[in-house]
Amino acid sequence: MLRPALLAAALATAFPVHADPQLDALRAELQELKSAYETRLQALEARLKQAETRTADAASQAEPTAQAPARTGFNPDISLILQGRYAKLDDIGERHISGFMPAGHDHGAARGFSLDHTELVMTASIDPWFRGYFNLALVDEEVEIEEAWVQTTSLGNGLSAKGGRFLSDLGYQNTQHPHAWDFADNNLMYRALFGEAYGNDGVQLKWVAPTELFMEFGFEAGRGAGFPGTDRNQNGIGSHALFGHLGGDVGASNSWRGGLSYLAAKASGRAGELEDLFDEHAETLFSGKSKTWVADFVWKWAPHGNASEQNFKFATEYSRRSERGSLLCMDNTPDGGACDGTEDAYRSRQSGFYAQGVYQFMPRWRTGYRYDRLDPGSVDFGANSANLPITDYNPTRHSLMLDYSPSEFSRLRLQYSKDRSMESLSENQWFVQYIHSLGAHGAHKF
Amino acid sequence: MKRLLVFLILWLPVYAHAALNIFACEPEWAALAKEIGGDDVRVYAATTAMQDPHRIEARPSLIAQMRRANLVVCTGADLEVGWLPVLLQNANNAAVQPGRPGYFEAARFVPLLEKPARLDRADGDVHAAGNPHLHTDPRNILRVAEALAARLAEVDPANAAAHRARGQAFAARWQAAIARWESRAAPLKNMPVAVQHKSFSYLLAWLGLREVAVLEPRPGVEPSVGHLARVAAQLQTTPAKMVLRAAYQNPRPADWLAKRTGIPALALPYSVGGNDRAQDLFGLFDDTLDQLLEAAQ
Repeated sequence: MLRPALLAAALATAFPVHADPQLDALRAELQELKSAYETRLQALEARLKQAETRTADAASQAEPTAQAPARTGFNPDISLILQGRYAKLDDIGERHISGFMPAGHDHGAARGFSLDHTELVMTASIDPWFRGYFNLALVDEEVEIEEAWVQTTSLGNGLSAKGGRFLSDLGYQNTQHPHAWDFADNNLMYRALFGEAYGNDGVQLKWVAPTELFMEFGFEAGRGAGFPGTDRNQNGIGSHALFGHLGGDVGASNSWRGGLSYLAAKASGRAGELEDLFDEHAETLFSGKSKTWVADFVWKWAPHGNASEQNFKFATEYSRRSERGSLLCMDNTPDGGACDGTEDAYRSRQSGFYAQGVYQFMPRWRTGYRYDRLDPGSVDFGANSANLPITDYNPTRHSLMLDYSPSEFSRLRLQYSKDRSMESLSENQWFVQYIHSLGAHGAHKF
Repeated sequence: MKRLLVFLILWLPVYAHAALNIFACEPEWAALAKEIGGDDVRVYAATTAMQDPHRIEARPSLIAQMRRANLVVCTGADLEVGWLPVLLQNANNAAVQPGRPGYFEAARFVPLLEKPARLDRADGDVHAAGNPHLHTDPRNILRVAEALAARLAEVDPANAAAHRARGQAFAARWQAAIARWESRAAPLKNMPVAVQHKSFSYLLAWLGLREVAVLEPRPGVEPSVGHLARVAAQLQTTPAKMVLRAAYQNPRPADWLAKRTGIPALALPYSVGGNDRAQDLFGLFDDTLDQLLEAAQ
């Protein structure tokens, strides 16, 4: 802006004013020159302005690329899950499932107010080839690494390999941590099969088929220290599992997944506590092989696939387990027991299932019903049949729950169960539970 | 052992695809991918305009489609944080992992609005990167279209020229459409509106509409009747001309407010497929503008 004025002033001083026709002509020429300059300058200024705004645009466009990566920073996603409850339970000394070998890991019999597992979860990409996951369960005076594994992300061809401690992909509920369960407690089938869930230290290879129908197949092998196996102090494989899942959609509103899994585990001196024929505590040690089959099926419905208003979920699993080996019933005659330290052949073939439906009838509110039933099947204690009882009692349980989730990160739940998992006992159980998570946004599996 | 593994992996059958498989997280990106990819691509839309993109089940069918995809086109900015990571982790598809050319996030090519000043879940479902509903401004779709055409040319070099040509043709048609929409929308400038969720911030910014009320007390939190009554009272002092919601959102809050205050409630298509007229990207904005202009009269 200043420049044309300066130029004019300079020219004016260079050519002093004289009343002369020649000078008038010169002045007119000068005026012409000046206006020509001015228009050129204006054009230049306009171009400059345009260029400036263009670079500003480019800068504002370039900014988000630099500032919004998929994951901010290099820190892993961290979340902490806080769970606690109030339980109204009968005063029962030794909780067990009648007719089934105790699978251990049975927290959650505390009466009144108590804290459930507090879970700490960390996950992140490790490098372009691996991703890692870590889940720590904290209970009083006890820290348990529930999962700590690495998985490949770039093998290609639908393959992935996982190594470390992980929850097996067998069945449906097995990979879910307690905070993701739809009920306040575990179903009886998983309690009888694995205590809580089957985890293993080992490796997994999984393949997803390139088909429109979802198909995945996997193989796992590992230490096999968890129930139904035991730690055996050996170099070889303690347990292995095979699983396959299929899934798809039916229209826009329905989706499903079904699968079949097999687990073979070896046990060496697996401890169990039973009541003998004289109603005395008897300690048993099982050594042998255990084979488990699990069939699972899940169906989900949501109108037009929009689950935020209403949705329904049905899940059921059926399992069969057969065990073969020898059972030692340790001598408890000094206490007035029936066992005299006999070790003899042991065979069992048992089964069980659960079926549950959970209905979200309005945003944030869900209600659900679960039915559990186990079949003690056939158990052959061999020579120990003289010391240990055999039952044909079917443990069952009915559970009803109502939960309210103010957000995706918090949930409050009320549950009532009619528990008949112990022979000659029918217990009314009430649970009030909270499950809150803080930190990274969890993404839940189907 | 290692050599054997490498050998096995190299000799595993390579699945030949006639067309490039595109997995689009939302219907707007499916429509855009079809515009630019034409017959050289096969597009799968993971969600419909009747579904809330924040809350999608990581269904087995989606994992199967993710497994087959050569290119994943999503919004990003944490819109799909509740389900996309599960799909990526379980589909075992190396080509579409974040950071690879097969993974495309629209939010990376658009300046985002409403970046939160503080990150606290007490503020509701806040997105750290900014508001992710960026496709409601057609100028953003143009930006994404340019980037997507370049990306398609990168992952599908055999048809690179065709992708670029279709991208340019689309950009020309789209720019003409934007000019048409902008001139039609002139009477909407400075018009006050209420919105159910902050789904239309980009649309409002583009057309110069003023957002005077949000029905959700906090992002992602369903409004209670008490809160709606407060919003209704607030609208007495700062009146709005209309209440906007997306087709997939619960109609009750907006309808309740409309009945209470006499302000018309509009169900905007929000994305492609949101109503009968919004069958492609052009129809989406034609219908949105028609509805806004009609309600403004």
